[in-house]
Formats: sequence, C-alpha cells, structure tokens
Amino acid sequence: MNSQVKKNVKNLPKNSNCVTMLQLQQLSFALVDLNLYLDNYPDNQQAVEDYNRLFKQYWEAKSVYEQANGPLMNFGHCPVSYPFNWVNSPWPWEIAAN
Amino acid sequence: MWAYEKKLQYPVCIKSKDLKMAQLLLTQYGGPSGELSASLQYMTQRYSMPTAQTKALLTDIATEEMGHIEMIATMVHQIFSNATFAEIKAAGLDKYYVLHGKGLFYSDPNGYNWTADYISCKGDAVVDLTRDMAAEEEARISYEYLINQTNDQSIIDPLVFLREREIVHYQRFGEALVKVRDMPNCKFYM
Repeated sequence: MNSQVKKNVKNLPKNSNCVTMLQLQQLSFALVDLNLYLDNYPDNQQAVEDYNRLFKQYWEAKSVYEQANGPLMNFGHCPVSYPFNWVNSPWPWEIAAN
Repeated sequence: MWAYEKKLQYPVCIKSKDLKMAQLLLTQYGGPSGELSASLQYMTQRYSMPTAQTKALLTDIATEEMGHIEMIATMVHQIFSNATFAEIKAAGLDKYYVLHGKGLFYSDPNGYNWTADYISCKGDAVVDLTRDMAAEEEARISYEYLINQTNDQSIIDPLVFLREREIVHYQRFGEALVKVRDMPNCKFYM
C-alpha cells in the first residue's frame, strides 16, 4: 500500500462523531488496491488480515458518515430515513460533494 | 448485479473555466483509450477467463474503471458548469454544445463518438490479458499528455491519481498473464 495512504488511514480519529468524505475515500481506496492485489495473491495471509482490519475501520466510518449525511449505497445496502434520503443532494459530481 | 456507491473514488473540485482542458479530457471519456473502453473491454472479457482469479481480477478492474469514468465526467461537468455560452463558443466547443449542450456524451475531442470497434475480446486469456496490458499503457500515456496541457492543480491532481491506477492495473494484468501462461494446458506460442 502507498505509504501516504497508510499514514492517512492511521491518523483517522477514533470514535469520532465526524467522518469526512476524504477519510472514507482514503479508507476505501486502500481496500480497492488491496482487493486487486488479493485477486492475484489470495494466499497472502498478511494482506487478508490488512483487508479485514481496513474493512472494520471503513464499515465503522461509513456508518458514522451515513448517520450524518444519508446513505452512500441504496438497493438494501443501507437503512434510509423518511422522506427517502437517498435522493438528497449533493451527488458526487457536484462541487458541494467535494 | 452492481451496487452504486454515492461517492467519487478520489475528490474532484474544479472551480476554473479551462474549457480547452474540458474538451481534451473527453479523450479519457469517449476516446479509444478512455475509461469507458477499458471498463467495457474487461467486463466482457471476463466470461471467457480460465481461472477463478482472472475472473475476479477482470470483474474488479472493470468495476474500478466505472469509478474512473465517473471522475472524468465530474471534471468535464464541473468545468462546463462554470462557463457561459460565449466562453464555450470562444473555446471552440460550439459544435459539442449544439449536439449535447452542457451534457456529457461519449465522444472524443475530435467529435468522434465512442464505438465498440475500439475494444476487443478474443476469448483467449493470453490474447485478452496482453491487450489489457496495452490498454493500461495507452491510458497511462494519455494521462501524461493531458497533465502536460495544464498548470491547474485542481485538474492535475485527479489526473495524477488516475495515471497511477493505470500503472497498478498494468502490473496486476501482467501478474495474471504470467500465471495463465504457467498453466499446464496453456497454449502459448512464441
């Protein structure tokens, strides 16, 4: 994994009530990169352990983010509130989301 | 089945009106070596991949490329949003504008629409993975050409990220190719 990503991931606040989109992007990027590596090296135990550790961090950070900002995924991957908050702005391509 | 995640893979926040750059960026949207070509090529090649690992790899890289299509679209969309029609016309984008307005369309900077003729599936893992490695290298050099066209850091940053992903994908396809060649029943002539 890229050393800068590793450092940023390590610096994530623990039990924070505020998770930023950038923190989610850093964590999920590490998971995407590890996933592609594991596709070719499924018997690398260290990489599997890294993946599961990052998964836990990502899942926790995503839950905190979604409680404040609404669901990041639809189709049953995440609970929604009334009125249906999946439709809420901003969408990822809008300046306000970045 | 696919699930959409309501987030970009890497942040894009462009407040400039570099319309010339928006036009050039279309090369990675609807051009021959663009992200759409990459995603659709890997997605359709995966069905004839011989091993579980290569099926996984093609599925996952095709999926990541969909996120890259979204990033390029976001860059063009944000630049268009900041511009008036007079500025669009002055930048030479009036032909694009009469066809698509400020909408996104799968065409290249010369106005040629995307076509499946850009991509390939031969149903042979050695052939297809070799083609995929070339596709990643074509995309890498396209990003270098694009980066050389601008001094706007908000445009360069996401392009540098995308360029690095092409290098990682090239590496992963190369590893997969070596493993496929090492299979006892692999026909590989050289």
